[in-house]
Amino acid sequence: MTGRRAFPFSAIVGQEEMKLAILIAAIDPGIGGVLVFGDRGTGKSTAIRALAALLPEIPVIEGCPYRCDPADEAALCAECRSRRPHRTAMAPVPVVDLPLGATEDRVLGALDIQRALAEGVKSFEPGLLARAHRGFLYIDEVNLLEDHLVDLLLDVAASGENVVEREGLSIRHPARFVLVGSGNPEEGELRPQLLDRFGLSVEVTTPRDLPSRIEVIRRRDAFERDPSGFTAHWSGAEAELRRRILAARTRLPDIALPDSALERAARLCLALGTDGLRGELTLIRAARALAAFEGEAEVDDAALRRVAPPALRHRLRRNPLDEAVSTTRVERAIAEIFTP
Amino acid sequence: MTLAAEPWADATRAAALLAIDPAGLGGASLRAPPGPVRDAWLALLRTLLPPATPWRRLPLGIADSRLLGGLDLAATLQSGRPVAERGILAEADGGLLLLAMAERLAPGTAARLAAALDTGEVAAERDGLTLRAPARVTLIALDEGIGPDESPPAALLDRLALRLDLTPIPPSATRALAPTAGQIIAARALLPRIAAGPDVLEALCATAATLGIDSLRPPLLALRLARAAAALAGREAVAEEDAALAARLVLGPRATQAPAAPEPEAPPPPPPPETAEDQPPQPSPEQLGEILLAAAEAAIPAGLLDQLRLAPARTRTPGTSGTRRASPLRGRPIGSRPGDLRGGTRLALVDTLRAAAPWQRLRGGGSPRLRIAREDIRIRRFQQRSETATLFLVDASGSAALHRLAEAKGAVELLLAECYVRRDRVALLAFRGTGAELLLPPTHSLVRARRSLAALPGGGGTPIASALDQALALADAIQRRGQTPLLVLLTDGRANIARDGRPGRERAMAEALEAARALRAARIAALLVDTSPRPQEAGRSLAAALGGRYIPLPYADAAAISRAVRAA
Repeated sequence: MTGRRAFPFSAIVGQEEMKLAILIAAIDPGIGGVLVFGDRGTGKSTAIRALAALLPEIPVIEGCPYRCDPADEAALCAECRSRRPHRTAMAPVPVVDLPLGATEDRVLGALDIQRALAEGVKSFEPGLLARAHRGFLYIDEVNLLEDHLVDLLLDVAASGENVVEREGLSIRHPARFVLVGSGNPEEGELRPQLLDRFGLSVEVTTPRDLPSRIEVIRRRDAFERDPSGFTAHWSGAEAELRRRILAARTRLPDIALPDSALERAARLCLALGTDGLRGELTLIRAARALAAFEGEAEVDDAALRRVAPPALRHRLRRNPLDEAVSTTRVERAIAEIFTP
Repeated sequence: MTLAAEPWADATRAAALLAIDPAGLGGASLRAPPGPVRDAWLALLRTLLPPATPWRRLPLGIADSRLLGGLDLAATLQSGRPVAERGILAEADGGLLLLAMAERLAPGTAARLAAALDTGEVAAERDGLTLRAPARVTLIALDEGIGPDESPPAALLDRLALRLDLTPIPPSATRALAPTAGQIIAARALLPRIAAGPDVLEALCATAATLGIDSLRPPLLALRLARAAAALAGREAVAEEDAALAARLVLGPRATQAPAAPEPEAPPPPPPPETAEDQPPQPSPEQLGEILLAAAEAAIPAGLLDQLRLAPARTRTPGTSGTRRASPLRGRPIGSRPGDLRGGTRLALVDTLRAAAPWQRLRGGGSPRLRIAREDIRIRRFQQRSETATLFLVDASGSAALHRLAEAKGAVELLLAECYVRRDRVALLAFRGTGAELLLPPTHSLVRARRSLAALPGGGGTPIASALDQALALADAIQRRGQTPLLVLLTDGRANIARDGRPGRERAMAEALEAARALRAARIAALLVDTSPRPQEAGRSLAAALGGRYIPLPYADAAAISRAVRAA
């Protein structure tokens, strides 16, 4: 992520569902993470790495290692709470890559050995979770990550707080981030109990039609040959998208949720037999973010229909001997529920 | 240009192109046994690259600390403060990385290499260190696989432009003329200025689509290769023959389907390749597409059909299951615990340092030497993962079919669902007539297991002895892979075919019991489900010889069998 210019988000050809899921997570980070599974070379990593450049800068408390939000009094870290007044600075939204082979101490944070050895001071060295606070944590090839690390990440992502109890340290700090995982199913499946904990799940495939394939290659080639020119060319579209995300965020609390939409969502989940209420909650939440993004006043059927596949497809109780793909089952249920 | 390519000429051309744009092309996968031909190619590549180019060899099974970088043990202990050590990826920045025995590369290592190829840097978060270093590497995957089912991980192959097969090249052929280093330098200078028209790009995309190449990386790599080829020829723009070369070198070897027959409305005879030289070099996109397709077709591997047939079976790369997880020193690390450094345990260095760190001032005062006490020592803990492979041995003989092959199938289906929950592998052996047949080698795919079960015909004799022999061989193979086999035998126990294929109940039974005892001696857990209408002595004695549980089907509904399997 250093030095290299990222491919502009709005220049990504096709992959509408993936882009939508990422935008929903950018509008409402509480959605609970995005899982992107699919073919090689479909721009999974490109889309996520493009986010950092796309999203507007955020106000942070100067000098705080966790980049606390000065406006959110309740979520301040212990240090910011004790030290006042704060000075505010602007910082880009962190999009942190979790490299494969990362060890637990660097993910959670641990005793700073350097200082402990040299100065005999017991101090905490924040890990990747601290760096991802208020942003995105991206794990490429999530299915190759050690299971215990994935468990740990999901746990922190769900609670919004990282609790470190090791080496005589007892630290807790806010760690609210959107977990984005990507992977290729050929390299191993993800455990079902893990799948369910991601808010949205997207399946990506390579475009089949020739014109869009050509367009992908053309843009990629243009970008590689002249990164700054290409980025400048797309800066207008990027600014427009940024404006829409910001507008959607402001509008989000005012989006109405009519009873009819609630009922539809409940019926859809019942028809699909999803476990628990998480599916319904995510469905509603995603539909609300989408309505805000589209400039609608309330959650309507169209929004529900669009977000239902990513919100529900990974929550179906899977019959190992049923060959029907989950997506098909969701689509079938949508067709049944939404026809008057 | 000629389509029937001389393999060595192509290989030298590939080396030259790789030397022109090493970072853009990602690298090459080189299928060849170790020997003079491979050495000659590598030596050629080395002479073409600038002399100072780093050239590193990556051993198979490299640890993360060496691959990505980590803590330098000796320096850390000496200085008493953490000292980072660069990994091999960072050392190879701007140069070449040779992957020995790439066909056995673990998917985890492949993913780390792929990340370095994508981002041009190596990132590591380990041992209490955050390391970021540039790693613009070019990979040469030395593929020493023999069969079509042995190849480097697909995630890596997708990112390497070139795929060369040097196997058929005789050592005597390697003296052919090659470009000189001077030409390469000139071409490198020219490369940034090479233009490629939209027709080239479209034709390459179309060719990739026709050949069934789904990923979008290959056409992009082909485009870069075409540019490098134009630069080598001293042209300012990509010409038709550059694109044809790219199609042949990059797209052809990746074909997953033979090109479909040309559509009826298309003019049937493609223009002969020679015309390109007489005519102004401005073929229409369609024509160019056909030329590229013809070029790529020339490079489609001969064993394509074999590979396609093998493709669905090869969902996992060798290396995942190949690692044996029997030793207490190996497996997945799950942290550390205080302990003594003896009995073959392994030191968790960073954790030990961490434990010692807070006490340094108390113990030693100002001396820079690190003081580590016994209670600081931390030992690594590993978790062993032992996967179970359930081996279904189904009696499909006439007697069983008569009784209840259908019910046995139903029982197996339920067991399969159970195996899914436990993430077991399953294998399916059926026996009838004179021998047993492996219907499904150990797999995670239950859908395939069910399919092959549904297609299982019944009839013929009951060759239990040879079936058990084969089950033993398979169970042995499973054990050697570090997994635990579990045999589930569904039969009525009435053996009537001996090992040599001759009928005769008495000898068949004796041999069956003997084979069963061999399985017991090999300590393979077994379970016999008696499918005969009434529980019989034959089944019971066979189960006893196996040392396994005996479950008569009449008394057991499928759920009871499934409970029994769980308990086994």
